[in-house]
Amino acid sequence: MSPTSSSRRELLRYKPFDRMLHWLVAVGFILAGLSGLAFFHPSFFFLTNLFGGGGWTRILHPFVGVVMFAFFLVLVLRFLRDNLPAAADAQWFSQLGAIVGNRERPSADVGKYNGGQKLVFWVMVLSLLALVVTGVVLWRPYFAPQFTVDILRLAVVVHAVSAFVALLAAVVHVYAAIWVKGTVRAMTRGTVSHKWAAHHHPAWYRKVTGSRT
Amino acid sequence: MATLQSLDVVERSATTVPTPQARDGVPKLAKLIDVAKCIGCKACQVACSQWNDLSEEVGQNVGVYDNPADLSANTWTLMRFAEQQRADGGLEWLIRKDGCMHCEDPGCLKACPAPGAIVKYANGIVDFISENCIGCGYCIKGCPFDVPRLSERDNKAYKCSLCSDRVAVGLEPACVKTCPTSAIKFGTKDDMLEYGEKRVTQLKERGFQNAGVYDPQGVGGTHVMYVLQHADKPENYVGLPAEPQIASMVGFWKGLSKPWAAALLGLSVLGAFLHYVTHGPNEVDEDHKNGEEV
Ligand code: HEM
Ligand code: SF4
Repeated sequence: MSPTSSSRRELLRYKPFDRMLHWLVAVGFILAGLSGLAFFHPSFFFLTNLFGGGGWTRILHPFVGVVMFAFFLVLVLRFLRDNLPAAADAQWFSQLGAIVGNRERPSADVGKYNGGQKLVFWVMVLSLLALVVTGVVLWRPYFAPQFTVDILRLAVVVHAVSAFVALLAAVVHVYAAIWVKGTVRAMTRGTVSHKWAAHHHPAWYRKVTGSRT
Repeated sequence: MATLQSLDVVERSATTVPTPQARDGVPKLAKLIDVAKCIGCKACQVACSQWNDLSEEVGQNVGVYDNPADLSANTWTLMRFAEQQRADGGLEWLIRKDGCMHCEDPGCLKACPAPGAIVKYANGIVDFISENCIGCGYCIKGCPFDVPRLSERDNKAYKCSLCSDRVAVGLEPACVKTCPTSAIKFGTKDDMLEYGEKRVTQLKERGFQNAGVYDPQGVGGTHVMYVLQHADKPENYVGLPAEPQIASMVGFWKGLSKPWAAALLGLSVLGAFLHYVTHGPNEVDEDHKNGEEV
């Protein structure tokens, strides 16, 4: 075990650097999401009050988005390997009904991430890529004037749809962390319990503890 | 403006409740630009900048009569010159006064995310209320005529207001007032259509078989109309679209999908909460020890 593990009874899941990255992305995502939603529909326009009015919200949103994306890229590179598809994923998805119904009989040999977590990961990768590309295209006054109006029209639709997908994925991600007890601390303090790991991520558990293969 | 005429505002950007509806029977107004009568003197351009206190930077001659070369935050109307070859080999000038068409169904207003930054008055004028503008450029995406321009100085969008301030006190727009050939007329939309038809008849008598009034129905008609010598080929008038419509992309983006998407986002949070209170948290129970599973 790594020496940063806070106690022998707990397993280190995220190093301080990864935790910091994750929360930088999270804060950036929330700020980008709230400021973006303000333009999405009139019912959300009141959110501009959080950012100093409509003008400031419009100015800040792309900067926040790009900074968030830079951190996200590093995070993706660090988490990529554990999110590659594996045999256990299909098995995990076949049990989805039982898992969501909280009647889980764990049998999928889940590694560091289960199928659902990997899905959220890849949905986030694709939608944030789409968001950063279309977002830069739409960025006034700097980049938008270089594009034809048809490209801008397409870009704003793709941006809005990707933002919707990313926000839904974020709701799933946040709820899953709250719902599965013992998970949030993995990102706040870095550690999880043996029981948590053995139950939810048996293959990962065996790997980090070196217990029976 | 916004407060003076608030009873006359019939549509307001990014607003989902009805605007004041008490007043009835406000006549629809329109400007009619008779391209066949225009001599391209640009007096209207000058009158527009004078009345609205706009001055364009002195630019370069780009080899055509168009000057300045394009609409801008400081140029709300612009004469565009097209030299066309007639069937008989002769040449003709088609000179179009470009600027906001004041659509009955304005794409700019539909696209705008800032409440009250774009309004439509009962008389049909579409006006930008610049103090509410946030500079996102969505109106540019919404407009089928490529009219609004974002200012580099203040990041706000500008376009022809049809001199809403003059019209509000019973005056005609500055360009109408100044036109030396009376090529620009202003009045109720009905009167303008009637006058336009008369001009079309005259033009047909003079051999312009395809003369017609340009009042495109794809945007619900416009409050700035043209009399064209060749109404069958509006594109010949420097890019006047034959069948302008709010782009389908914009229709989809600003249509039904938005309220549904907004509702779904809210429902997903509610759904998650309800899942928690009905199914309870997913806790590892005490029986699981060191990975010895059932
Ligand atoms: C990654 C870099 C990003 C850039 C450069 C960017 C840029 C933009 C720009 C330029 C706009 C147009 C409004 C404005 O001028 O402010 C916009 C709108 C928007 N953005 Fe972003 N954005 C980014 C990321 C995000 C993220 C991460 C989200 C959501 C999680 C998001 C959600 C939205 C939404 C919902 C809109 C409104 C779209 C609409 O009006 O339909 N953006 N963005
Ligand atoms: S021409 Fe363009 S700017 Fe003018 S009302 Fe129509 S959509 Fe709006």
